[in-house]
Amino acid sequence: MSDYQSYMKGSPLEVKVISARFGLPNSTSIDTFVAHDGYKGLAKAFQMGPEGVINEMKNSQLRGRGGAGFNTGLKWSFVPKQTDKPKYVVCNADESEPATCKDRPLMEYDPHQLIEGIVIAGYAIGAHQGYIYIRGEYRYLMDILDRAIAEAYARGYLGKNIQGSGFDFELCTHTGAGAYECGEETALLNSLEGLRGYPRVKPPFPAVVGVYGCPTIINNVETLCNVPHIVLKGAEWFAGLGTPKNGGTRLFCLSGHISRPGVYELPMGFPLRKMIEEVGGGIPRGKKLKSVIPGGSSCPLLSADEIDVPMDFDSLAKIGSMLGSGGVVMIDEDTCMVKVAQRIMKFYAHESCGWCIPCREGTAWLKALLDRLHGGGGLADDPDTALDASYNILGKSLCPLGDAAAMPTISIVNKFRSEFDEHVRLGACPYAGRGSGFGARGWGAA
Amino acid sequence: MLSDDLKSMFDRVIARYPLKRSAIVPLLLFAQDELGYISDEAIEEIARRVEVPPIEVVEDIGYYSMLHRHPIGKYNFQVCTNVSCQLLGGEEILAHCSKRLGIGHKQTTSDGQFSLEEVECLGACCGAPAMQVNYDFYENLTPERVDRLIEELKANGRAR
Ligand SMILES: Cc1cc2nc3c(=O)[nH]c(=O)nc-3n(C[C@H](O)[C@H](O)[C@H](O)COP(=O)(O)O)c2cc1C
Ligand code: SF4
Ligand code: FES
Repeated sequence: MSDYQSYMKGSPLEVKVISARFGLPNSTSIDTFVAHDGYKGLAKAFQMGPEGVINEMKNSQLRGRGGAGFNTGLKWSFVPKQTDKPKYVVCNADESEPATCKDRPLMEYDPHQLIEGIVIAGYAIGAHQGYIYIRGEYRYLMDILDRAIAEAYARGYLGKNIQGSGFDFELCTHTGAGAYECGEETALLNSLEGLRGYPRVKPPFPAVVGVYGCPTIINNVETLCNVPHIVLKGAEWFAGLGTPKNGGTRLFCLSGHISRPGVYELPMGFPLRKMIEEVGGGIPRGKKLKSVIPGGSSCPLLSADEIDVPMDFDSLAKIGSMLGSGGVVMIDEDTCMVKVAQRIMKFYAHESCGWCIPCREGTAWLKALLDRLHGGGGLADDPDTALDASYNILGKSLCPLGDAAAMPTISIVNKFRSEFDEHVRLGACPYAGRGSGFGARGWGAA
Repeated sequence: MLSDDLKSMFDRVIARYPLKRSAIVPLLLFAQDELGYISDEAIEEIARRVEVPPIEVVEDIGYYSMLHRHPIGKYNFQVCTNVSCQLLGGEEILAHCSKRLGIGHKQTTSDGQFSLEEVECLGACCGAPAMQVNYDFYENLTPERVDRLIEELKANGRAR
């Protein structure tokens, strides 16, 4: 279990849509859910018909919360209508992007919201089977979801002829067993078929050829949790919560050097500076901000003078970064950026599935180079070599994991170049002994 | 020996999929939960039930980091050192666990009680630094909290 107080500190600036039921007593039970508008979106979807639901989704400007930000309604519309094959809905609950912990409270505190979203998605595309692919480490969440699924069957929200609509839908959980790459949608499909999680070449896209060779939509947990609200309250309302082409709210996970770490639901386009200073309470111990990871470790990092930006997909893209997965990490002035780059690369080198050479060799090589640089044994042209190696991965690998390793590295070397040069000049880490670690949030060694 | 409960769970899980082999990874993890590791017998049994050669099951085990072929400690300390945790002392927590338990990454104490592993992001970043002991999350860690936890586990234990 997670500690509710520690994750859900709350802020008056929040706009609660998908987290609105989190604090209710017995929030996981179907009775609580139904008493608070639960499964009403599904009832309305049955009146609107599949086409109506897909149009509503498109107009809502809901974009995928897994990281890529693709328009959800548009993705659903790619599923062929005339086909003899069964269709599938797969919920991506692999949540493994470093710094991201938002799908966890969604499943822990309101599992029926996710189930309702999945059933509506199934109805919209004509699927009769859904799977929730949960990372293996989230076992307690699988238990919560399994209980909620059993309740939904018992009350006729899953199974045959749901609520007398004539629509049938089966749903179950599926567990992974430790592999970041399985969060990538095509690798996830292979994993779901009992294979190693190697990605597939696209096209064909999963909407046409997905699991078991059948049309499949894959959506993130948070994406699907928004669906019942859009159906119930309308596309216009939802789009109006955010900025143009970026509908709704987003769960932002504030972590790192921030006074009030936690998961906060804020409108799309919420200003980053305000998020740090007012929602998160600023940087602890009166330290200055040095850098921000805006959406999980795969995104290019921002420097402290780039935080006057609205947090939506297009605004982050405009300044050369990404909104990504909602994991916002604050890094203070005492932190060694070479070490941050090294730790990020260590992750990608570990998680590279090894299928293609630029990613497999490049990440291992960059990790060794960054280890050496941080350890003080770097050469004067190592920072340039790191850039060069990163550009040789970028755009040259089969799946986006290669890019995800290259992009943060390029941004850190370019924006914090002097720290790299300093390591080379001193033959040691200039931040040794300064770092933050315990005590960074004030409670430290207590 | 696999228990009857586990075997009937195998049947239920396999029935969820149009393709039996889809059940391989869940079955491996559930078998490991019961046995503490994945035995030869479990591999044979799973392969037979999902109708693939055992070697294909073994290949999967090599890919997924949570699956292991040999017994590990009763309490598996999985300490996250990824970026959110790193910034708040994840590496110090790892070093502290290593010192207190007297073991390094992927090692087990000689009495078979504790194992230690450095792991990637656990999805507990807002409670950094964080770790899992088996499936239980422990967050906002300090060296003192780790010490207390080790003492408690030694004294009272907790079911796997
Ligand atoms: C290496 C890698 C890991 C990913 N991990 C996740 C993940 O853990 N959860 C997730 O929802 N999406 C993840 N994605 C994105 C998925 O591929 C996919 O875009 C997403 O599940 C689609 O759902 P959405 O449109 O609702 O965002 C990952 C992508 C890559 C390349
Ligand atoms: S880019 Fe990396 S993770 Fe993706 S397929 Fe290639 S080796 Fe595997
Ligand atoms: S970075 Fe440690 S739990 Fe996410």
